[in-house]
Amino acid sequence: MSWEAVIGLETHVELSTRSKMFCGCPARFDAPPNTNVCPVCLGLPGALPVPNREAINRIIRIGLALNCSVTGRSVFHRKNYFYADLPKNYQISQFDLPVCVDGYLDVGGDHPGRVGIERVHQEEDTGKSTHMGGDGRISAAEYSLLDFNRSGVPLVEIVTRPDIRSAAQARAYAQELRLLVEALGVSDARLEEGSIRFDANVSVRPGPEAPLGTKVEIKNMNSFRSLERAVAFEIGRQTACLDGGERIVMETRHWDEEAGVTRGGRTKEGSSDYRYFPDPDLVPLELDQDWKDEMAALLPELPARRRSRYEGMGIDPAQAATLAGADVHLRGLFEGAVEAGARPQQAGNWVSGEVVAALRSSGRESLADSPLSGPNLARLLAMVEDSTLSGLAAREVLAGVLAGEGTPEEVASARDLLQISDAGVLEAAVEEVTADHTEEFARLCSGEQKLIGFFVGQVMRRTRGKADPKLAGRLIRERAGL
Amino acid sequence: MAPFTVMGAARALRGGAVTSVQLAEQVLKRASMVEAQVHAYLTLDSDGLLQAAAEADEALASGGGRGPLHGIPIALKDNMATRGMETTAGSKILAGYHPPYDATAVVRLRRAGALVTGKTNLDEFAMGSSTENSAFGPTRNPWNTDRVPGGSSGGSAAAVAAGTAFGALGSDTGGSIRQPASLCGLVGAKPTYGAVSRYGLIAFASSLDQIGPLTHTVEDAAVLLDAVNGPDPLDATSYPGDLPRSDGRLGRGLEGMRVGVVSDLGGLEAVEPDVDASFRKMVAAMEREGARIVDASLPAAPHALSAYYLIAPAECSANLARFDGVRYGLRVDGATTEEMMSRSRAEGFGPEVVRRVLMGTFALSAGYHEAFYGQAQKVRTLIRRDFARAYEGCDVLVSPTSPTTAFPLGDRTEDPMSMYVSDVFTIPSNLAGHPAVSVPIGLDRRELPIGFQVMAPALGEPVMFQAAEAVEALAGFDTRAPYDPGFGLRGGVR
Repeated sequence: MSWEAVIGLETHVELSTRSKMFCGCPARFDAPPNTNVCPVCLGLPGALPVPNREAINRIIRIGLALNCSVTGRSVFHRKNYFYADLPKNYQISQFDLPVCVDGYLDVGGDHPGRVGIERVHQEEDTGKSTHMGGDGRISAAEYSLLDFNRSGVPLVEIVTRPDIRSAAQARAYAQELRLLVEALGVSDARLEEGSIRFDANVSVRPGPEAPLGTKVEIKNMNSFRSLERAVAFEIGRQTACLDGGERIVMETRHWDEEAGVTRGGRTKEGSSDYRYFPDPDLVPLELDQDWKDEMAALLPELPARRRSRYEGMGIDPAQAATLAGADVHLRGLFEGAVEAGARPQQAGNWVSGEVVAALRSSGRESLADSPLSGPNLARLLAMVEDSTLSGLAAREVLAGVLAGEGTPEEVASARDLLQISDAGVLEAAVEEVTADHTEEFARLCSGEQKLIGFFVGQVMRRTRGKADPKLAGRLIRERAGL
Repeated sequence: MAPFTVMGAARALRGGAVTSVQLAEQVLKRASMVEAQVHAYLTLDSDGLLQAAAEADEALASGGGRGPLHGIPIALKDNMATRGMETTAGSKILAGYHPPYDATAVVRLRRAGALVTGKTNLDEFAMGSSTENSAFGPTRNPWNTDRVPGGSSGGSAAAVAAGTAFGALGSDTGGSIRQPASLCGLVGAKPTYGAVSRYGLIAFASSLDQIGPLTHTVEDAAVLLDAVNGPDPLDATSYPGDLPRSDGRLGRGLEGMRVGVVSDLGGLEAVEPDVDASFRKMVAAMEREGARIVDASLPAAPHALSAYYLIAPAECSANLARFDGVRYGLRVDGATTEEMMSRSRAEGFGPEVVRRVLMGTFALSAGYHEAFYGQAQKVRTLIRRDFARAYEGCDVLVSPTSPTTAFPLGDRTEDPMSMYVSDVFTIPSNLAGHPAVSVPIGLDRRELPIGFQVMAPALGEPVMFQAAEAVEALAGFDTRAPYDPGFGLRGGVR
């Protein structure tokens, strides 16, 4: 039997606001344990929450970028459950009146499609438990350590409709969402640090018309790859179960990265009863049109629009996607080079290829404050175009410019890398290499065409890469009488 | 004669008739004579009080100390966070807990110059009407030590009535300031919801809780309230605008004031004859003083008690979840974290708290949420609407504060419903978020004080205190009656 997978994703995005969601503590949790804490985020008796306006600004921008409608009146609810790292034993979250509802995100790549966004709501993060002793899991731990630095850090939860149909599409959605969040500048958007976390709800059914199957929630995926693998595994597990005549149990399963499997934990009996009710410590958020307009005006160019703009410049779609997803400095370099006259496709290839490679080998993290400017890159590319520089030499010039040695022209002449396009000078080099390799030259003269490459290589070597390879090839052919 | 009111003490202090140290000593001397019987305090900070009093005297001598409460000893209900001073909310689960911060009301009280005498007893987490639900033993009524002082701010009421503080702050969720004020022959005011910051007040029911004063006089109550109220950036529910001065209309009398007598408050059948007679007599006296007495109706009010006993427990079930043994307070070990939490709570909470947490948890549970919590919120909306209609025809509403005078200790502890009915007249104002004040107007046949409640619309404190002051003058009630010439309790040891 063939089964259709139905997947929905819940994404938690930690906002990079200066202070926490409901108190003035720094929203950084890399400090020594329990140092960024106060009566509010420790849940001390009598302490009260006050919402962070900047966090609300940011969730509005996220909602607008996801094509959501932003509700006029939004309410914070208490979600009640006991857990040691949840200081109040309830989380301030949202229930039936989230800040944003009814949006979508278009996912391109190999699995294009529109993924509906059901809701985007604001909540607070919990503290962090570290279980000591045993295997690190709570069940076997001797004791647990609690760090409340993360407690109260603003979280935005983005919930899709069950519109995703494959593991690859789940990954594509997740990657697109990360790009969007990064472009908005609202979060550090780093998966490895947990500032974006994905949970997936997976079920399978016999076909598109069949009712939804029993869903299983999977957690603990901390990379796009593990998200894709976990969803794929879970689809396989569920279809195997059903093919084998078993029933799917509603539960939360954890992805085991090393073993490559999801593992069952506690079984959910129905859905948990969180006894949501409006938090009487907070008043409803009144989100008027002026506030929304102000946030809409702050929206930057979003990844999808940027991609199509790049494609409009004549760049192929794959390259456009790469560039659109590149960091702000690389994109600035690219756009600066094009503005200074570089051909877009060539500039794009260089930025995402040679420049990234040169950066990596120079040990720099990014192009921030680098001497490589758009006009510099445009000049470098022009020198390649008009054969002033060979491709090889151009890479060396690039490294020199990055190292702060000057403009491309300065670096090229200082390092003596200008291409030799003077036929007279090259003739001499051709004469020398044919004299050194008389046997091969004889074979070339007798028609062994593939030896041209060998002789061009020899000329390049003799001129330390400066020879114009096209001219050298022509001269060699002429000399061989071909 | 030694001053006994806040304003009396303030005037004596400014006039040089007494020093702050003398006021502190007066309070401590009375405490040494009556505390063993009354047990108003959980923490009496004698050393801190004397030291602060000496500093207050120095400040005054050097030209400082311009605060309206400068040098006056004031008591705090033990559900307000005080930096470094034990704060228990009357619960075993918080025994030994020393907050690292002061509640906003405490900060403002100190800024106004007041000295903190200590922390007064209360029903555990402010849940109760007799102060018998304290984990640290009951407080007794200074008027008659066989009887309860009311609650939950019974300790604050008893401290002021017994002269072991010039005034006190309490908190009122369903009548917890007004009912003990009534039972102890004092003035007790619950301000408009949001007037006084709740930051640092250990929450019982967040949408109902308000801090307010318990004092000998209406003027004292207005002054104390004005010292602590006002917007607070730390409390999102605090009223953001400027508040009218509570003492803004004092001394204007009753001429032309429209006074509504509520005919359908609910629970009127439970009113004791002496309370009823006193109440009617006062209404008649008000009319003679120029007030226009009108009939008022709050048709939804009979449902207020039921709505309150769903909303308050629902909120408290979440508010009290934080007491889990993890970060502070009592911890009873268990094999797992859940067991530790569960044991700590079972051991730390008293029976009334457990009852309300269970009721609230139930009221919020899936399947019951709409029928209980949802329905109660609708009643609340109706009560607000009723009040709004009633205030179209009158300036203030009046009723007895409590159906009865002080009842004997142990009388109602076996039957929660009989205790809950104590608050039947006070709860509607909490549900509406309106101010209300209790003023003593006389004694019943057992020589126990009777309270008269004046209610006003939101931010109506000036007109409320105006009416209350007129009632106070008409009653001519001596709030010092429990004092005996020998500086102990008049009733002595019974």
